[in-house]
Amino acid sequence: MKTLAELAAIKARMQNNVALRDGEAGIRVVVGMATCGIAAGARPVLTAFSAEVEKAGLNQKVTVTQTGCIGICQYEPVAEIYEEGKEKVTYVKLDADKVAEIVEKHLKGGNIVEEYTIGAIQK
Amino acid sequence: MKELSLNILDVTKNSVTAGADRIDITLELSEDGWLRFSVKDDGCGMSEEVQRRVTDPFYTTRTTRKVGMGLPLLKLAAEQTGGQMRITSSTEEGKSGTLLEATFDTKSIDFMPVGDIVSTVCILISGSPDVRFVFRDTTPDGTVGIDTSELKAVLGDEISLSEPEVVAWMRDYLTEQYEERDNKNVNMEETK
Repeated sequence: MKTLAELAAIKARMQNNVALRDGEAGIRVVVGMATCGIAAGARPVLTAFSAEVEKAGLNQKVTVTQTGCIGICQYEPVAEIYEEGKEKVTYVKLDADKVAEIVEKHLKGGNIVEEYTIGAIQK
Repeated sequence: MKELSLNILDVTKNSVTAGADRIDITLELSEDGWLRFSVKDDGCGMSEEVQRRVTDPFYTTRTTRKVGMGLPLLKLAAEQTGGQMRITSSTEEGKSGTLLEATFDTKSIDFMPVGDIVSTVCILISGSPDVRFVFRDTTPDGTVGIDTSELKAVLGDEISLSEPEVVAWMRDYLTEQYEERDNKNVNMEETK
């Protein structure tokens, strides 16, 4: 059974890491979680981003957050990737498999997965 | 929406937007198969005018478009099982807040499964780590729950409830409680 004592152990472990992270330039993943996003499947997408980032060991570098309606409901589920000094990347019509690929290739490898971006869909 | 837990995720965000410090999410399944869902918050509340209009799809607080489907969809989900949705709200200073209640007949063929409620709760907490969430899911077999004030008491201010490791712990914490409750249920079935 998970206990609060385990949580205390997580805290102790993390206190060192938090200090570390402050110095790093981070990547921010923002998933649209309004009614439109949720109805289109944004919840498993958000869960997949969190799980894949953790699995890839990118917790120090990448933060996964939520926002409301981004305004392009027809392309939901949508995620935007913000990285300092780079242009925002908007991924559209996502699912858990695409997320795994994006985490591996883009967040870890630094290469944008063009075919899932809004630019590729609108062509 | 294919799962009730998706509606819950959607409408509970309204309480966050209302600036709530504390949000109570409750699911209660009674012996006769009726499910009661409620979200109670201490946010800013809604005027009577707004309360009248929130179930109108053409009323919304969003700024990106003119339709708001969150509450109308929950109302529809409740009513198509023979249940109903009710909103009680106050904007009175010092005791403002909103109580949203919906009832569902789980025996109805039109009842949507609750679905992945653990993901819903984890996403709500990690999305608003400074809000106190109290989640309780009660059936005749027992209660599953989480109160983020207990987590905060352990973690202090420096570790956020949105930290991936903490969210992973919450997910396991809730999943294990559900497994224990469901196993108990299975064991009872077997001894019948």
